[in-house]
This record gives sequence, C-alpha cells and structure tokens, in this order.
Amino acid sequence: MATLNSNVPPGPLADKWSTYKANMKLVNPANKRKYKVIVVGAGLAGGSAAATMAELGYKVDCFVFHDSPRRAHSIAAQGGINAAKNYQNDGDSVYRLFYDTIKGGDYRSREANVHRLAEVSTNIIDQCVAQGVPFAREYGGLLDNRSFGGAQVSRTFYARGQTGQQLLLGAYSALSKMIGTGGVTMHNNSEMLDLVLVDGQAKGIVVRNLITGEITRHAADAVVLATGGYGNVFNLSTYARGSNATAAWRAYKKGACFANPCFTQIHPTCIPVSGDYQSKLTLMSESLRNDGRIWVPKKAEDCGKNPNDIPEEDRDYYLERIYPSFGNLAPRDVSSRAAKRMCDEGRGVGPTKLGVYLDFSDAINRLGADTVRARYGNLFDIYKEITDESAYETPMRIFPAVHYTMGGLWVDYNLMSNIPGLFVLGEANFSDHGANRLGASALMQGLADGYFVIPYTIGNYLATQKPGSAPKGDEQPFHDAVKSVDDMTKRLLNTKGKETVNHFHKRLGKVMWDHCGMARTKEGLEKAIEIIPGLREEFWANVNVPGSDDSLNQSLEKAGRVADFLELGELMCRDALTREESCGGHFREEYQYPDGECLRNDDDFSHVAAWEYQGEGNVPKRNTEALDYEFVKMSVRSYK
Amino acid sequence: MVADNTSTQNISLNLRVWRQAGPNKEGKFVDYKAENLNPNMSFLEMLDVVNDDLERKGEEPIAFAHDCREGICGTCSLVIDGKPHGPHSGIASCQTYVRSFKDGDTVVVEPYRAKPFPVQKDLITDRAAFDAIQQAGGFISIRTGAAVDANAVPVPKEDADLAMDAAACIGCGACVAACKNASAMLFVGAKVSQYSLLPQGQPERDKRVLAMVSKMDELGFGNCTNQYECSAACPKLISHDFIARLNRDYMSASIRQAFKPKSSV
Repeated sequence: MATLNSNVPPGPLADKWSTYKANMKLVNPANKRKYKVIVVGAGLAGGSAAATMAELGYKVDCFVFHDSPRRAHSIAAQGGINAAKNYQNDGDSVYRLFYDTIKGGDYRSREANVHRLAEVSTNIIDQCVAQGVPFAREYGGLLDNRSFGGAQVSRTFYARGQTGQQLLLGAYSALSKMIGTGGVTMHNNSEMLDLVLVDGQAKGIVVRNLITGEITRHAADAVVLATGGYGNVFNLSTYARGSNATAAWRAYKKGACFANPCFTQIHPTCIPVSGDYQSKLTLMSESLRNDGRIWVPKKAEDCGKNPNDIPEEDRDYYLERIYPSFGNLAPRDVSSRAAKRMCDEGRGVGPTKLGVYLDFSDAINRLGADTVRARYGNLFDIYKEITDESAYETPMRIFPAVHYTMGGLWVDYNLMSNIPGLFVLGEANFSDHGANRLGASALMQGLADGYFVIPYTIGNYLATQKPGSAPKGDEQPFHDAVKSVDDMTKRLLNTKGKETVNHFHKRLGKVMWDHCGMARTKEGLEKAIEIIPGLREEFWANVNVPGSDDSLNQSLEKAGRVADFLELGELMCRDALTREESCGGHFREEYQYPDGECLRNDDDFSHVAAWEYQGEGNVPKRNTEALDYEFVKMSVRSYK
Repeated sequence: MVADNTSTQNISLNLRVWRQAGPNKEGKFVDYKAENLNPNMSFLEMLDVVNDDLERKGEEPIAFAHDCREGICGTCSLVIDGKPHGPHSGIASCQTYVRSFKDGDTVVVEPYRAKPFPVQKDLITDRAAFDAIQQAGGFISIRTGAAVDANAVPVPKEDADLAMDAAACIGCGACVAACKNASAMLFVGAKVSQYSLLPQGQPERDKRVLAMVSKMDELGFGNCTNQYECSAACPKLISHDFIARLNRDYMSASIRQAFKPKSSV
C-alpha cells in the first residue's frame, strides 16, 4: 500500500516555507553537475523548472512531444496571473490570496501548499518582468491589474488577452538560454511512454521519437513530470488536440497515486458544438457576463425561432431568476449547471439544442454599440470568425465546456509523488486548487512550481542520492519498459480493425460528458463504469491504426493516448462515485441544498482520494490523505 | 460523418494535397474529394473527416501539424491555394473555415516551401531553425530569483505596448514561407524589437542582435528585400516596421562592436 505522507513542515502557516527552506539538505555546487534530472513537458511548469534547475548547475534533459517547447498549451491561457503584490493598495495580501484560493477550491486543498503558492506569487511577477514579459502598464509606467472571479481585490496581471503566451515565451526564453549554453539537452518530438523504476525509485523514462519512431531509454537521478491536465478524456474541450494524460497515466501504472481524478472544471462560456466533426471548443472570456444577459426561451417550441423574434415576456433570464443577487455573474460551476438544466428541459437553442443565449442587446441600447465594441470587440470578432454570426445583431450562443483538471498525480509538500524521485508539477499534479480552480491561478501555480518550489525541493531529495549513482539505462527495468512499450505499439498496429481512433475517442467523450460531466449521479456513474470497459475491449478488438512504427505516424500517437484515456475515464468515474458529496466542480445531484448549491460532507470526505493501481483488470485501491484545516475554518461556500 | 446542420447548406470541395512519405522521399499532389461539408467546420476539421475516411479504408491519413486549434500555439502551417495560412489575413490555418470556399472549388494544400524548413511528412515541416535562432540570443539573462521588484523600473506604456505588438509572434514561420527569399527577418525583428524596446533588454542589446542575425544567416534564411509579404501572411499581423528596427539595431551594434575597446580581462 502506498504511503501518503504530506510532509508538511510544522510551525505557523506563514513561516512554514521559509523555515523549511532554511533547513533543507543542500547539494554542493561542484556536485550539482553530477546529477541528471529528466523533465517531461516544457509548458509553464516544465519550462521554468528545466531552466532554473539548469541554472543551478544540474544536468537537465527535457522532453516534449511538440516540435518546440514554445508550443505547450500554457500558451493558450488568456486572462491573467494572480499575485499578492497589492500594487493597487486595495488591501490584498499573501493571506488574502491564500484564503481566496482555499475557499475557491471548496476546502479540498492542502493549506500549507496553497500558502506557499500565495507567498511566491509575488516573485513570479518580478521574475517575468525581468525576463521582458510585456505586461500591461498604466500611463505612469507601472504595472496594471484587473479583477477576476472569486476575489474582491485587483491582483491579476495580464498581457492583453495573451497572458499565457507571454509567460510561456518568458519561460521558453529562459529555457532557450540554457539549451544554448548546454545546461539543458532538449528533446523535441519526444513522447514519454513509460516511467522506469530502479529499486523502487524513479530513475528514468522510455521515449518514442515521433519523427523517426525510435524508442530510447533515458536514465537520471530524478524524473520531473510537468505534462499538463487530462481534460481531453472528454474528447471535446478547450484543451489543445495533442494534450494528453499518457505520461501521468503510465506513471500511475508504475505505482504513482492519482489524486482526486473526478475534480474537473467546466467553464460556462464557450462556443457550442456545431456538429459531430467538431474537434475543439473555444472559450469566450467570462468577462462577457458583465454586460451580457443569459436566457433561453420559456417555451420549448420557441427554440427554433430567430431569437430576435421572441418577445421579452417569452424569454427566461434564468440566472437572474434563480440567483437574483449574483444574476449573470453567478460562479462558473453554478452557471454551467444551470445552462445544462435548461437544455435538459428541452429549452436549449441552436442547431444541436445544446446552447443558451448570451444577449448584448440591452447593453447596446444602454451604452451604445461603440462602447460595447470597445469593451468586447475582439471577443465579438472571434465569435464571428467561428460562427459567422454578429453578436451585435443577434445573441451569442454559448455552452459550458471542459477547461481544466484539478485532479492529478498525488504529491507531497516537496511536489514528490509517492514514488521517491518522481516529482510532478503544474496541472499534472493535484495539489493547489482543491475541487475548483479560480481564474488566473493556473499560470500562477505552474510558474510557482517550476521557478520557486522544485529548484529547492529536488535538492532535498538529490542530497540523499550518492552523486554519480544514477543508473546507466542498461539495467533490466529499462529493458522491461522498452519491451512493454514495444508490445503495446505492436498490438495497436496489428489489431487492424475497422474503426478509427477518433471514433472511440468520441464515444468515450460522450460517456464521460453524459455521466461524469457537469452533474453526476450514482446511477449514471455506475452505468459509465459498466460501459467503459466494454468500449475498451472493443477498441482493442476493432481499432485500425494504419502505417508503421518506424516513422512519423500521427494515428499511432493518437491511439496510444486514447488507449490511456479509456482507462483513466473509468478511474474518474470511480472517484466521482465514491466521493458522496458535492464540492466545487464535482456535483453529485444527490447531494445539494434545496437551492442547488453544493452540499459538502466534511465529516466523511475532507480528504484527498489517491488511487493506487492494482494491476490490469483489478479495481484500484482508494487511499486517503486527511485534509486537516489548522488555520482556516471550513464554511459553506455560498454565493447568495 | 458530417453532422446535420439544417441552417446551412453543405458543400463539397476538391482537395489537391501534397503527399510526401518522408524527408528525402519524392512528393506529389494527390486529389481527394471532401463531400457534404458543413460550412461551419474548420479547415482542419475537414482534414480530420477526410483522414477518418482514409483510415477506415486502411490508407495512411494526411499528416498535418496542429495543436491548439485557436490560433495561438503556432503549430499549424498549411499553405492553402498558395497562401500561408490560407485566404484570410490575420489568422492561422486552424482559424480558416470551410465557408471561405464555394461548393465545387478545387483547393490546393501544401506544406511551407522554404529550404530552412524541410518537409518531414506530407504537410509537416521541421521548424527547429527558429528554436536555434532563439537559443543564440533571444532572451534576457536573468537568473531565477535575482529579479528586482516588478515596479522598480517603470516602463512607458507606449514602449510596453509596442513591445507587446512584437511579442505577439506565435513562431509559426508563415513569414518565411511567404517570402521569396525565405527570410526570417520578421521573426527575428519581432524578438529583437521586443527586448530592445524594454529597459530590461538593454545590457545584452548589441550581443543579442548580432548573435541572432548571425545564426539566422548560418541556417540559410535569406535577407529582406522589402516586399512585406511576411507581414501580410502573419497570422498576428506583425508589422514589418520591426524589420526596420532590426536593421537599425544590427547596424549600430556592428559599429559599436568594431570600435569597442578591448577589455584586458
């Protein structure tokens, strides 16, 4: 059984990190170059970690499946990055950012980790500005801030609508420098297909070169995974098409616990699906809800009508009706679930009937089209580009979409998994967002982990390893891992069935969306747990993967990733089934207040569920780590 | 496998697609019929549908580069009817929609054609040369943890905004593909300008521009002859003014370099 020791240091909350750092084991500068660290992924977390560890003197090998580290999906984050700088003098502080994040996460994250995140948030902004990240500024030349959901202060730093891009390019520039000087050996087009354990410790990986098909073994003193989230298990999401769970999933199958896999975030304002060819959902910024009013027709028979022909009295502004105090600005999870209910009642709009209107006609009448254009022009343009409709003339159609996963591989305070030597950063770990992530906090966590946490905590582990004691890559476990990778590849290529990989991915996505999406029930989850193994069986019996394994083969890449999603999806359902409460993004219909709010069960579920693999065909083991709230009082997260 | 969308008329296209099995293999155009397409599907989704059909027939699908499908990662890189990223300005290939074409149109789809970006397979090219230019000097050297407070050095808003205009580059390489000289000067100019506009970029300003230009030359990119096809093809509409800035920076750095007193250490 896995040991889940959070290793949170003792002492007052605000002093934990500094005291811990001051007492860590150190690796002396001359010895650092004798340690090799593998980093998988080069988004905000992986890129910043690889660059910083190389600066410290470690030998770093960094692997990405993209053709360049600059392509990681961190690049698509729009809104901003939170930091407790209090530049606005509006009463922000480290404690307030910490508290907002804990509350936003519905009291399902670890206090000490979140406090550390809030502490280092200020260093991140300093670091990025020094790198030349062109954050928005005021006329006086100082940095500008905006407000974001879940906070009453302005603490969000931004670079137009491309904050993720600019932060990623900052990390990429730091990484590029270290590649140029030889500190980092970069492996592009390289997908990790297995984790290698030597004597129970993570000591290497097996990689497929996506251009040549070559399988290689890589040994190191420690392995860092920063491979992002697993939202593509739903097929349709705001993730990039290539985003996948394979590295994390293969680590899970080597013994790393997967924590809270059912905690997924569904964003309320995305452009709806237009047909079953759809590959991707595009986010429309939440800021639109400041001036747009959300409605559906009162009568189902009106749903096919031109919205402009539906009179005011036949419209149901349901958010304003159900949540009079928050109205159209109700929180993400609440708004998403309300939209789903309207569509379930048969009152959804658009060709697929899975959409609700976001209407700007009131705002245009009140403020004039020019003011609306100045505020939201770029978003209206994106909408027009995708749907060919003008939101100035007809209401937008929006629908919720999968956007982020709070769950991930279990890590302790050092960001080390239960496998010694395996570290997990960014969205790939579970640590900081609890059951729901606040806007502008993903970028903060990725960079905090990479720039300011792992460079310290990895030393604490490496100091326990003798310099030069890393395996060579020729030991038996490496050969075993290569064999299992080869076997899986052969199996995929030799099945020669009749259906495409996409076909299975779509079907899995539908099962997940229907039963493990915005609202979950015992019955639905049990059904999904029954369906998914059958789907998996069918996949392995009837999938057709053309081409060979000795060259660029995108079908093969996809097949391996979908095979993993077919397993992970089931685990998510199991986790959702056993968590008999509603919290944050996890909403069980059986557990709600009469007004539809999440009904948490702190007595029984104030813990992390960390699932442990028990071999193929066996039900995984549910371990728990208790979440003891020492400094914050748990309360009902109400938005009334 | 196209969804029913009653509000729009589905169309068909004749695709003429470049197929090339590998880097040193001979390539050729192959015709495919893409039928019953919903005009609201993206160009890449149309290729997905064509590929699903090919896979079902046991044929190898058309390899094309893509990832975020929202115009920011810079992975997609199609040349559609002779234009990098297709018929519309200011967007990437993934933001091109089927409604841009008429029923029955023949649409030619090719990879980038530029010597420094060799074809890897079908429509995928190797753009590692851009990474190499960046590694030569496209950064500000600041060790993690050594930064001063972010507001310690105010930056005029105009400078920050202009730096952001330059920084919006997504590194897709369309500028190179559009240029008859396969010049990378818009890409390099954007990066050099971003840093030279900011106070943080000053200490390495000369070194950076000299190193990046020298690497760009070494990798076989051509020079700018002021046709500005690059900024016309750029999905982020980055201005060729940044090429002028690059030239100015390069010139002054070269002169300063030539007259620089040699340090004794």
